[in-house]
Amino acid sequence: MTPNEAAGTADLMTKYEASGATAAAPAGSRWQSVVSDVSSDQRVFKGVPWGKPMMWIFLLSDTFIFGSFLVSYMAVRQSTRVPWPNPSEVFGLTVFGHSVPLLLIAIMTFILISSSGTMALAVNYGYRRDRKTTFWLLLATAALGASFVCMQAFEWTKLILEGVRPWGNPWGAAQFGSCFFMITGFHGTHVTIGVIFLSIVAAKVRRGDLDRQRPGFLTGRKGNYEIVEIMGLYWHFVDLVWVFIFAFFYLW
Amino acid sequence: MEHAQESHAAGQHEHQQHPLGIYFKIWGLLFVLSTASYLVDYFHFEGLLRWSLIVIFMLLKAGLIVSVFMHMLWERLALVYAIVVPPLLLIVLLGIGALEARYTFDTRGTFFAPAATQPAASH
Repeated sequence: MTPNEAAGTADLMTKYEASGATAAAPAGSRWQSVVSDVSSDQRVFKGVPWGKPMMWIFLLSDTFIFGSFLVSYMAVRQSTRVPWPNPSEVFGLTVFGHSVPLLLIAIMTFILISSSGTMALAVNYGYRRDRKTTFWLLLATAALGASFVCMQAFEWTKLILEGVRPWGNPWGAAQFGSCFFMITGFHGTHVTIGVIFLSIVAAKVRRGDLDRQRPGFLTGRKGNYEIVEIMGLYWHFVDLVWVFIFAFFYLW
Repeated sequence: MEHAQESHAAGQHEHQQHPLGIYFKIWGLLFVLSTASYLVDYFHFEGLLRWSLIVIFMLLKAGLIVSVFMHMLWERLALVYAIVVPPLLLIVLLGIGALEARYTFDTRGTFFAPAATQPAASH
């Protein structure tokens, strides 16, 4: 390399660095926060209570489970040569002589969204250390969740009485039943576990465990209002999954 | 985004504390979007219009829940990327599933459908 070329390269380098530094400064500072978080040889998500990333990672794995269910439902529905039953009619209800499409499903959707709303408020009041309001909001969330499960049980009963089975149904493609029971069943299980989880957290809030930092029954960790937010992440996720099920299974 | 700056400056254990109003607004928006997606079915929209509306409403609802109710809007960027990026892999699974389903559909058409019509044809 001649001195001239070397000087040229050095010149380019400084130019590159200069332009990189000036152009990327606003965006780069946010990226730099990611880089410094993961490369610091310490805990990764700084300032975040560790229970929260743990719940998020669990929810990430759950995302893949529900994602796999929905993708396999798509594959099964696309590959059958028998017409798919029309969900709008299958899940319709007759009210006062009028048949309303998807009525029960719509009500279930609104109930789950409302429970998400009360959950978000509960997290907020928890951090304000308003024990009473937090307890009642958590209880309302659990009650809405329980009513959702009841409606799902009603829906299952209705369909089973109409002859839907995992291996067949009166209206069309046999795969309809297995997809329906698998997807809504797994989601309903999540809601049920969520209701139990909510009741436990609500009891803890009411008893004042979180204010007095009483050690937990299973983990022995000190009580803390962060558990309300972590519970909230799980509950919102259940609502989130329902958004996708509602769109892909009931409306498609 | 003001809260984000505050909470990051707050130090060791930042709590997600935001004005109550935002939750009520999102709650209302979710109701509106759910009603809209229900109306898509109620008015029997078909074809591309139906699918695009359903997917748009679905993604908007999912985005609102994750970003506001689950506080992703105010989380550290490292956490946001760690959680939001991996599910994009599902798009690959979706593609594989769609390809395979197409193939199965055609195979069933080739091997099962003619067999069913054969007795009628040989007559």
